[in-house]
Formats: sequence, C-alpha cells, structure tokens
Amino acid sequence: MALLQIAEPGLSAEPHQHRLAIGIDLGTTNSLVATVRSGSAAVLEDEAGRALLPSVVRYVQVGIPEVGVEAQLRQTDDPHNTIASVKRFMGRGLKDVPGAAATPYRFVDSPGMVRIDTRAGLKSPVEVSAEILRVLRGRAEASLGGELTGAVITVPAYFDDAQRQATKDAARLAGLNVLRLLNEPTAAAIAYGLDNASQGVFCIYDLGGGTFDISILRLSQGVFEVVATNGDSALGGDDFDECIYRWIVEQAAIVDPSVTDARLLLSLARKAKETLTDHDEAHICVTLSSGQSIDLVLTAETFFTLTASLIAKTLAPTRKALRDAGLSVGEIDGVVLVGGSTRMRHVRRAVADYFQSEPLTNLDPDKVVALGAAMQANLLVGNHKTDDWLLLDVIPLSLGLETMGGLAEKVIPRNATIPVARAQEFTTFKDGQTAISIHVVQGERELVGDCRSLARFELRGIPPMVAGAARVRVAFQVDADGLLSVSAQEQTSGVQATIEVKPSYGLSDDEIARMLNDSYSNAQTDMNARNLREQRVDGLRLLEATQAALDQDGWQLLSDAERATIERAMETLRVMLNGQDPVALKRAADSLNRATAQFAARRMDASIQRALAGQRLDTLEV
Amino acid sequence: MAITLSESAANRVQKFLDQRGKGVGLRLGVRTSGCSGMAYTLEFVDETQPDDIKFESFGVTVLIDPKSLTFLDGTELDFAREGLNEGFKFNNPNVKNSCGCGESFNV
Repeated sequence: MALLQIAEPGLSAEPHQHRLAIGIDLGTTNSLVATVRSGSAAVLEDEAGRALLPSVVRYVQVGIPEVGVEAQLRQTDDPHNTIASVKRFMGRGLKDVPGAAATPYRFVDSPGMVRIDTRAGLKSPVEVSAEILRVLRGRAEASLGGELTGAVITVPAYFDDAQRQATKDAARLAGLNVLRLLNEPTAAAIAYGLDNASQGVFCIYDLGGGTFDISILRLSQGVFEVVATNGDSALGGDDFDECIYRWIVEQAAIVDPSVTDARLLLSLARKAKETLTDHDEAHICVTLSSGQSIDLVLTAETFFTLTASLIAKTLAPTRKALRDAGLSVGEIDGVVLVGGSTRMRHVRRAVADYFQSEPLTNLDPDKVVALGAAMQANLLVGNHKTDDWLLLDVIPLSLGLETMGGLAEKVIPRNATIPVARAQEFTTFKDGQTAISIHVVQGERELVGDCRSLARFELRGIPPMVAGAARVRVAFQVDADGLLSVSAQEQTSGVQATIEVKPSYGLSDDEIARMLNDSYSNAQTDMNARNLREQRVDGLRLLEATQAALDQDGWQLLSDAERATIERAMETLRVMLNGQDPVALKRAADSLNRATAQFAARRMDASIQRALAGQRLDTLEV
Repeated sequence: MAITLSESAANRVQKFLDQRGKGVGLRLGVRTSGCSGMAYTLEFVDETQPDDIKFESFGVTVLIDPKSLTFLDGTELDFAREGLNEGFKFNNPNVKNSCGCGESFNV
C-alpha cells in the first residue's frame, strides 16, 4: 500500500505519476536532503534519526565506501583514505587547492582537477562528492518510496564555472537528475518565505564550520536577484573552537600538548562553545595523557571577548558587499542567519547591532538551505502552482575576451543576473585576416594578463577582407546553473565556432576576493595601461594602412618631398609606439593622419577615376 | 455515511495546515484513472464547494464531494510510517481489489 501525501488544491498527481523532488545542501562539513511533503518542507532523517550527514567519505579495500558518521569516526586512524571537506577541492587543480600541504591526503595533479590517491584507486573530488550524494539519494528514495524526478543542489554563490560543473557532474554520477543548481543564500531566503513579501532587500549572513559568506538579495515583483556576494573562505566555527583551545592551553599552562591531547582539548573547546549558546558559563574539566588535570570555567563574557575579533572579521566583507550593492544598512529589510555558527549569541547580537534590526532565526540555521532547495525543487517539477516566483542569481566575476593589445573587453559584467546572454561585435585587425583567436577571460582588471584565462578557441574560414570589414559576433551565454558557453559567428559569411567553457581550473574564493580588490586598488594604473594599449593598437593600424597605401600607389600620387614628409611622420610614430607616453603617441598618430590627408584625398580621386574610366556617361546615369 | 481520520492522521493534517498557513481542511476524493480504475486524491482545501459534504474528526474538517462519498463511505484515513517513508493510508471497506502499489483500486 502506497503512502499518500496531501497535494495542493487541484494538483493531485495521477497514480504512479508522483513527481518526487528533493533539495540537497551539499556542504563542506555536513550535507542534508529535504523534500516537500504534504505542503511543508522537511529535512529527511536517516534510520537513526540524524538529519546531518557528515560530508566525509572513507574508501575501503573492497565494496562500497563508508559515508557520514562511520567515516568520520575513522578519520584519525585512516587519514589517507578518509576524505573530509571535499567541497574545497571541487573543480580545482592542485595549485588551487587551499592548504593542500596541511591535509593528510595524497594529492595527484591531473589535468582539470586534482585527484586523491586512496586504497580504492585515484578518486576525483567529483567521485567523492558523488558518494555523499548517493547516500542522500538512497535516504530520499527510502523516505519517499519511489524514484526521484529530480534534485536541486545548492552551491555557494561565489562558485565559479568549474566548481558548478563539477557539482553537476557529481550529481549525475550519483544518478540524480539535476533540476537546477541554486545559490545557497537564495535557498535560505526561499526557506524563510521572503519571496512572499512584495519587495525588499535581504541580507544572508552565513557562518558555517569553516567558511563565511555574505549575500545581498533583492526581491521585486516576485523576482529574486543576488545583487552582491562577499565572504571569507577561511573563517568559521572552527576558528571559535581554536580561540577557546588557545585560551585553555594558556590558562592551564600546558606546554607542548601531544596530538591526542590537542584533539581532546579541541573537542572540549567545541563543547564549551555550544554550551555557551544557552548558558552563561561552561566547565572544562579533563585529565590529559600527561597526567595534568584541568578544571576551568569559561564565562560567556570571556568567550565573547576572546572571539570579538573573529566577529569583526565577518563585518568587513559585510560592509564590502553592501558597498558593492550600493546600499546602506538602513536599506536592508531583513537579515537571515544561516549556518550552525550563527547560533552563538554574540554573533546574533553583533549582526543585530550592525543592521539595527533583529535577524530571522526561527528556522534551524543548519537546515535552512536544504529546506529552500526542496521548495525550489518542488516548484520545478510542477508540484506547486508555477509562476509564484522566479529566481535570479548573479555571476561573481565579469566575463569577457581578449582584444588586440592584450586588453580585456568585458562582455558580461560582474553581478549580472543569470541566465544571461550578451553579444558584442568584433572585427579583424589585418587585411586578408581569415581567422580570429578568441580568448575568454574572467576578471575585473583591464589587462588580460591580470585576469584569469578560461578558454581559447579559433574562428577559421573568414573570407579575406580588408581590416575592419569582417563582422564577428561573439555571444556569451551563461545558463541558469552559471555555466558558460561562447560562440562566434562572422556575420557576412556565416562561418561559426562555438565552445562550451569547461574551465580547466577553478578559482578559489580568496582569489576572487583578491581579483576584486586588485581591480579597485589598481583602477587608475589599469586605465592608464588600457589607454596606452589602445593608442598603440590605433597607431599600429594607422602605420599598416599607410604603408599599404604607399606600396600601392604612393610612387604615382606623391612627390618625393611629400613622400619624405609622410615617412618622417611614420618614423616618429614608430618610435612613440615603443614609448610609454599615451599623449605623445596620440600626437604622433594625429600628425601622421594630417600628413597623409592630402594623399588620402588623391587616392580617393584616383580610385573614382579608375572606376569611371572607359564608361560612358549615359550608362552611368542609369 | 461517514469518513473519519485516525487520531494520528488528524494531528498530522492539523500540523501541515498550520505550517501551510492557510486552508480550511482536507479534501478526500476519488477519480477514475490508474491501473485499477479509480484513484484516491488527497488535497488541502482553500475553498469549499456548494455540494461538499462535511465531516469533522479530531477537530479537522474533512470535505468530500457526494460522488466520491459513495466510493469512500466508511473509510478511515490513517497516518503510517514504513521505514523511513511516511504518509497517509486509506482504509476503505468498499475496495474489492487494488493494484499492487495501492494507489488505485476497484469497487
């Protein structure tokens, strides 16, 4: 006997046509799966009643890897084969992996993404994540009693193309149909039903185990838009534990704690932190392996003082995000707290003080993202009345391409909402040029060398034309999952080339932050550099065109003296091209332009004469 | 003529209605489809219909249209857990046979 769920009025599914949809929060530390049953979103628990699945996978000699709590328990005695926090390696090459040396894993560099050497062979982060997803899928199928139609999986808003693609690949590997990748802050906003408000600007403050993210969402007429994101990828609950740990070591004057003792103290530090969430003091009482016994009382007040600097560190990215969004604190209509670390009282108080309003906290901060994802999944499979809301996300860094002179031309600006398609026309630089190399870059800086290279491809088969006559339309398309494809088409001939950008390396969020900062601090130098390069490209083009004209009919149309004047101007320009002064370069180009004005006029006359020669007037007039 | 909810089903329905934040009750019904001829429907009610027949069970309003009632008379709706799965179950005395999955039936 099948077990039925209550449907929305008029939306009962046909028998055997139930569309089961789930939302998955694939987290760095813990993962969750949720679904909408009988109209309410709920997190699905395992047989033991646990909602959180630790994102830890342990590979065994034969058979299915252990995932979750069992794997987590073996982390210390089987470190090489027990992989935790794999999310940090998704879509990353070895040199992009933050703190690779500090992890116990045997990394193997390989094209595209790093691999981890385990006793079950080389495993990519995609495969490891797929194991986590497979367990969640199994839990969902057992709980819902049937095949799943699809899943919405959440990713951090700053995840780049490679990281999103890797997440999608992992889901496919786990046998899940991905309905949509959804940004985590957006999911949190949905869970709070902020989409029911008519409009507003909301801030999502997400302090997890090891990462901090801040996102600003704007809702207008039922449309959600991520207007800015920021964060700190090395700041989270673990740092608060670390603070307490250091305090214990200092208070108890422990010299050189052994590895076991350090781990023990760290877990006591974490317990103390959790106790202080709803108590005013926590007792830390333990006997170390060295025989030293410790009996300390940590008051909430001391804890708050110890960790005040950590909280201050979350407010800096918050300010930046607000500035990026062009908003002041007073313009924020609501703040949502996400992540287990936001249970700490002083975090809540600091957020409330900063925003001068009480944050939303009534949903479990660990579950809120999964709940929102489930609601979105339910909508996407059609179990809910559609057109209730439409979600918009943004791209974290501008996308563009390289133009002559090594300049980055932005095609899609940063924080553009996705899905988005933008096209721009480019042309050839040289006469008779039959191919264009298209170099796709990501970043905010003016020079290509300072941006990140995503892909290169060539458009060949352009018919030979004079420089500037070809019209190459380059279209950038970012789909709803944030994945990019680029196509180029020469408009007059129709030749075309397309590339799916599968970026070989991911960007770390630190890098994204750094690239953004650089773009602000280097704005002036960048503009000067751009100016100089642009002048150079123009000058070079002018030189080439003049030389071509001189070779063609200069001997016919110019006297020796005129010719010498032009050649002198060309020489001056050539020298300036190697210089660093855009103003002098511009002046030299202008003077060559003036020197050739007469020549150009004569060429025009000559070509008209040529065109008219041998034609009778009456035929021309027709 | 009666339709009832078990106490656990009623509690569950009330909880879902509260979470949903709107709705006046629960609608039971049948429609012709499925592998064995008929299928159950189970929906929230936002608007009652003029010919709805109304029952009350543990404080929850149950609505049903007269045609469906002939197929469902005497049914008790129960809430059950099977392993990790949980949901509602129709205990319908009128059923002669049902398909393997229990989603559709024949009277």
